[in-house]
Amino acid sequence: MMADKLSFDLVSPERLLLSDDVDMVVVPGKEGDMGIMAGHAPIMTVLRPGVIDVEEGGKSKERYFVRGGFAEVTAGGLTLLAEHAVPLTDLSAEHLDGEIRNAEEDVEDARTEEKRQRAQERLDHLRDLRKML
Amino acid sequence: MASLKELRNRISSVQSTQKITKAMQMVAAAKLRRAQEAAEAARPYAERMDRVMANLAAGMKDRDDAPELLIGNGKDQVHLLVVATAERGLCGGFNASIVRLARERIVKLVGEGKTVKILCVGKKGRDALKRLYGDYIIDTIEFSGVRKFGFEHADQVGQRVIDMFENGEFDVCTLFYSRFQNVVTQIPTTQSLIPASVGGAEAEEEIVARLGGAIYEYEPDETEILKDLLPRNLSVQIFRALLENGASEEGARMTAMDNATRNAGEMIDKLTITYNRTRQAQITKELIEIISGAEAL
Repeated sequence: MMADKLSFDLVSPERLLLSDDVDMVVVPGKEGDMGIMAGHAPIMTVLRPGVIDVEEGGKSKERYFVRGGFAEVTAGGLTLLAEHAVPLTDLSAEHLDGEIRNAEEDVEDARTEEKRQRAQERLDHLRDLRKML
Repeated sequence: MASLKELRNRISSVQSTQKITKAMQMVAAAKLRRAQEAAEAARPYAERMDRVMANLAAGMKDRDDAPELLIGNGKDQVHLLVVATAERGLCGGFNASIVRLARERIVKLVGEGKTVKILCVGKKGRDALKRLYGDYIIDTIEFSGVRKFGFEHADQVGQRVIDMFENGEFDVCTLFYSRFQNVVTQIPTTQSLIPASVGGAEAEEEIVARLGGAIYEYEPDETEILKDLLPRNLSVQIFRALLENGASEEGARMTAMDNATRNAGEMIDKLTITYNRTRQAQITKELIEIISGAEAL
């Protein structure tokens, strides 16, 4: 099983960012990070803002920041429908600060308690990320 | 008969018109290529989104707690028509054909006693609808200052639609745009946004087959995911439609300007012949005058 490669597609609304066979992808799921390898059970999950880690031969090959989106695992492989994905190398502190400001506004603008809570969660994730950078 | 000077002026004015239409055609051709590329680049995302939606919707079909964005709110009284057109004219029948389609729908809905609201995307559609249905137009979203059309712009439209739906301002939402088939053919199309039209791209059995007989696990559960996914899907549908629209617009403009250039060419030829004949006639006349003057002596 180890030798099997996972076919991985990363797509944003504008374009296909990456389509490759890799060993493992770490996905920031809403309820915790998931490492997905070939032969994973079919699953569908919502992403939180975070970093996607594409691993090859035990080493991290490429990393992308995503603002959110969905991951779909089927027998055919992993598909990430990312809302706004940026390679981590291009990600700057200013960019994140911009995202945080957006999220703060969302929290203020939210009209229902449920929406406010969602926005708050996003904001917290983003702040965590900012600290890591 | 027009004088020689008048003819010369007309020829040069048609020539400069031809230069302009020719330039516009070439600009449209370049823009068309870019628009097509953008539409193609957006396709993988939209296709996968469709698949995921079809998957989820299949499981949601018979449930009472299915989200309203997916199945509608059960009413059919207030219709919101989102009419997507171009920001600029001079593109043949492009805007007119979308507007015509929308107008047919409006007449039908009003005839049935329904309430109609119109949200224009692009100011050409607003201009055309304003005269007859100005009272129905609630707002216009313009992208005239936008250089590169991105997902965030479509999302802006999507958010607007969702906000209105959540405030109970309408029951059913339909999008009007033009589907790009090729440079000469663009098909005005309607698409239902709310309730969501889940493309029957894949039958249920095929989905199960693709999953190798297994069913998805959902994390968090289906309802939670749908809550995130549905607004997103709406924006994706709008994004795709607007990209198609962009390609259609440039295609239509290119064809229209090609025709205009050809027509100008024909006109120049005709005018040139008239000019030459007139000039010849004048020379002959002058010769006759000289000769008959000489004979009289």
